[in-house]
Amino acid sequence: MTLTLGNIAKTFPCGTRALRPTDLEIEQGEILSLLGPSGCGKSTLLRIIAGLETPDPGASIVFDGEDVTHQSVDRRKIGMVFQSYALFPNMSVRGNIGYGLKMQKLPRAEIAARVEEVIELCRLEPYADRAITALSGGQRQRVALARAMAPRPRVLLLDEPLSALDAALRGQLRDELALLLREFGITAIFVTHDQDEAMAIADRVAVMSQGEVAQIGTPEALYRNPATGFVARFVGDAMPLEGHIERETLHLQGGMLGLPRASDGQQVLVRAEDIRIDPQGPIAARVETVTFLGTHYRIALSGAMTGPLFMLHAGFSAPKPGDKVRISIPPEALLVLPLDTAA
Amino acid sequence: MRHVTRHLPLAVTLLACAFLLIPIIQSILAGLTVNYFRGLSSGLTLKWIGQVWELYSDSIFLSIGLAMACLAVTLVLGVPAAYVLARNPGRTSRVLEEFISLPLAIPGLALALALLQLYGTVQGFRTSWTFILVGHVLYTLPFMVRSVLSVLAAIDLKTLEEGAASLGASPVRRFIDIVVPNAMPGILAGALTVVTLSIGEFNLTWMLHTPYLKTLPVGLADSYASMRLEVASAYTLVFFVMIVPLLMAMQWASARAQRITQ
Repeated sequence: MTLTLGNIAKTFPCGTRALRPTDLEIEQGEILSLLGPSGCGKSTLLRIIAGLETPDPGASIVFDGEDVTHQSVDRRKIGMVFQSYALFPNMSVRGNIGYGLKMQKLPRAEIAARVEEVIELCRLEPYADRAITALSGGQRQRVALARAMAPRPRVLLLDEPLSALDAALRGQLRDELALLLREFGITAIFVTHDQDEAMAIADRVAVMSQGEVAQIGTPEALYRNPATGFVARFVGDAMPLEGHIERETLHLQGGMLGLPRASDGQQVLVRAEDIRIDPQGPIAARVETVTFLGTHYRIALSGAMTGPLFMLHAGFSAPKPGDKVRISIPPEALLVLPLDTAA
Repeated sequence: MRHVTRHLPLAVTLLACAFLLIPIIQSILAGLTVNYFRGLSSGLTLKWIGQVWELYSDSIFLSIGLAMACLAVTLVLGVPAAYVLARNPGRTSRVLEEFISLPLAIPGLALALALLQLYGTVQGFRTSWTFILVGHVLYTLPFMVRSVLSVLAAIDLKTLEEGAASLGASPVRRFIDIVVPNAMPGILAGALTVVTLSIGEFNLTWMLHTPYLKTLPVGLADSYASMRLEVASAYTLVFFVMIVPLLMAMQWASARAQRITQ
């Protein structure tokens, strides 16, 4: 299903602008992630698409050419996975999964067959007759997905579906979810505050900040070409290089860096993985701490700029705290972006 | 000395139990002896219970009927009211909840007087059993609302309902499929409380009753005032037999509802 959102805004009764007018287009079978910190409006946007929240007047929500802006949630034929899963404690796993089909008033035999089908797809066979309270977090998450998918919704909306799980399980279920969603081939919108989750699951990511979409694109495009400092910081943890820009040169405390173009009045950011230890490097720094992380070391440097600068160092050995080092940054890794507008 | 500190609490407990139980046992025995003043030596009989049945079976049926009607009304009014209060938490809801609970703080007597002043002159209504029903509903409704509300407040009702709505359930279906089943422990506890209170209610009923409409407790007072002690005691026995199982069921249901709210 193609989803077209036009001029979606939300002002809460208290006057808070949760969402500035937003337009968005989602293609058939596409998985879009809404990524941003809490309070950026991503959940509000999702709830408006679901019909759980009413947008400000002038909005339009179109599902495959059908205007659903004024349709109530129970008529929109959507599937939704909630952060808390919202599984019905008064029904078994099977009862939960079959509920949407029951609402469609399908014949009993067909409901049973389709519930079985989804149970199998989500590998829930051993738990099908259990009570919800007898399930683990990961199992509940799968039941929530199965329940949302069973009625074959036009679009699947997921609101932080993994955030209630512990870290180890979250990683595993993230990949599982990415595979399942593609198996279903459904158009899906996925809200998260976790950039790894967004990148692992989504075809396209819309990074949101302060009630608006800051940038939308494939995970790679966002990582390589962030449009704003916020996007660079949020996707891939870019650090601002605190220094003084004079035309094509960035003056830092530990040395000078050449910039690809004259960049006065802008900011320069860099990611930890793009900084190299290089005896011929232009910047002097001192190693403060070294943390071994398995695949690499994370090193905190002082003296390069006023604040600490972090770098990732691969290899079998690393400098010791107190060592004086020189570092370099390849020019293509420098992200020269406009200054953030004060919020 | 240690001996005393160990046994004293036990002794106090036993004394307190005796204090509560002896009058009850005495009353039950009085209802079963041929002549209370001559004591057990006069023999045991079920005659008095038979007489109570003859004289007051109407009261028993009236009380049961009244309790059932009261239950029906408190269910129809109380469950949706609790639902609305649970779904819209806020100051207005808090104030409304207090208003519903107000009859608890006012003596039944005052409540009855207010009802009499307001409706006492309405022909047909004043002498109808529905007049007493109104009093009972006023008095028991807060128990139903609070019991259901405490269970509903303990579950994430809003999200559960949103879940059902996203699956295509209309508001009515959500209420039937999600709200009521999940509120059931609270509804059950509230229902048993309402029935128990309605059957045992005296203050208000005493003021509202007419000679043709005596409930169980009003009949009890009447029998102590005008019958021989054995009959009145037998009446007490009948009352016990009716109310004690209800009381036990109520405690069981409340404990169950409490487990959910924790």
